[in-house]
Amino acid sequence: MTDIAIKITDLNFSFEKLSILENISMLIEQGDFVGLVGPNGGGKTTLLKLILGLYKAQSGIIEIFGQPLKQQRKTIGYVPQYAHFNSDFPISVQDTVLQGRLGIGSRLGGYSKQDKSIAQKVMRETEIIDLANRSIQSLSGGQMQRVLVARALATEPKILLLDEPTANIDQRAEKDIFDLFKSINERMTILIISHDIGFVSDYINKVFCLNKTLVCHDASPVTSDTINTLYGGHVHEIHHHH
Amino acid sequence: MEFFHTLATQAFLQNALLGGILASIGCGLTGSFVVVNRIGYMAGGIAHSVLGGMGIAYYLGLNPFVGALIAALLAAIIIGTIKLKWQHQEDTTIGAIWAVGMAIGIIFISKSDGYNTNLMSFLFGNILIISDEQLFIMLVLDIITLIFVAVFYKQLIAVSFDMEFAIVRGIHVNLFYLLLLCLIAITVVLLIQVVGLILVIALLTLPAAIAKQYVHSIGMMMLLASFLGMLFTSTGLFISYEPDLPAGATIILVAGLAYFISSIVRSWRPFK
Repeated sequence: MTDIAIKITDLNFSFEKLSILENISMLIEQGDFVGLVGPNGGGKTTLLKLILGLYKAQSGIIEIFGQPLKQQRKTIGYVPQYAHFNSDFPISVQDTVLQGRLGIGSRLGGYSKQDKSIAQKVMRETEIIDLANRSIQSLSGGQMQRVLVARALATEPKILLLDEPTANIDQRAEKDIFDLFKSINERMTILIISHDIGFVSDYINKVFCLNKTLVCHDASPVTSDTINTLYGGHVHEIHHHH
Repeated sequence: MEFFHTLATQAFLQNALLGGILASIGCGLTGSFVVVNRIGYMAGGIAHSVLGGMGIAYYLGLNPFVGALIAALLAAIIIGTIKLKWQHQEDTTIGAIWAVGMAIGIIFISKSDGYNTNLMSFLFGNILIISDEQLFIMLVLDIITLIFVAVFYKQLIAVSFDMEFAIVRGIHVNLFYLLLLCLIAITVVLLIQVVGLILVIALLTLPAAIAKQYVHSIGMMMLLASFLGMLFTSTGLFISYEPDLPAGATIILVAGLAYFISSIVRSWRPFK
């Protein structure tokens, strides 16, 4: 086992002749809390899906804990974008969280006792235990977001990938959920996509700015120069005071 | 009442009632997946192209329902593959398979004896002529469906709810998606006996769609939809019997009316 969680080398990805990602190389160490920022259409979600093995890159290598992606895929927990959800689906919070246990243990029949106790544990951690029997149709954006985080945690992953987890919730709830991520980060590596650089910078220890290719990648504070390169100079700087 | 008197004494009416009940079990189980996956159009394609298989089997002097089963499974696999591989042309291709299947069926049936009666009963069903053998086939198809759904319940739900997440968790989503369509194919064949292939989609989706308005899980939806299916087929059969109305069409009208009333009630008192 190495202490490199994710290692990406010279990754290129195009879709129907349109180049989406070029020459991506990144190193994420175990225990990192990484922010992946950049403009819409800059390829953030695509990069996440490449790391998840949902897309296949034309060239380049992705290694997880020093091994090919395929062998380590089950160590990754995934929190997709809330906006893409079929929130009309008749399913309870608990049954949604249990899906994180798929691919572990028996294939046939229902979930095991152990699966259920792990689901209970992560629902307590994400503070949705009181909603366990509620239908997801009745949840608020913030509650649903926690359900999706709990589902990813139920996998007991070593790496957690989150795609815009705070896009649909208000600022106070956003702070609460980032405090949750901070405590989760004590036991696993986190890679989070966010559009809000200012907000995530209080929590993360590393940032990657992505616009087709990596514009910046280090732990130094994000300067207005980087922001200009990234977004093309139309961004007003807003300072967050805490 | 004449209906109950006949039911007590005549096998054909007992078979009809039993046929409706057996078909309802399949329709509750797979109809729920059709509704939550919003694949009524794909199910329609499978149901209608089945006429091709029925026509060929009928022309060759074989059991048309065996032909229907083969055609339904074939259509399910073709339509499923199109959906998974060529998503952008899904609409057109399913429409084409839908019509081509029916065209093949009509040509073969027209070259056989008894063109009109048989065509009508394939298209609109004839619940009053269900034989013991057909009941047995329906029972077997129900059992296959039930076992499959029970064994792979969590995978089927995961694939329906969030395909991407299921892939990440190592589920063979393409396989399960195709198997789900095969289940739909089996159910379509079950239902054709009762309401005919034109009306199948209504009986496949309406009970499940009503159930979805009242329950929070697919399992409960299946249970309630099966029960509603039984209620609609039995009620439809009862209403149609004395005035000698077509049973299949009456069953669909009962189901449609129930869906309409339930939707209005739910829009007044939303269910959360």
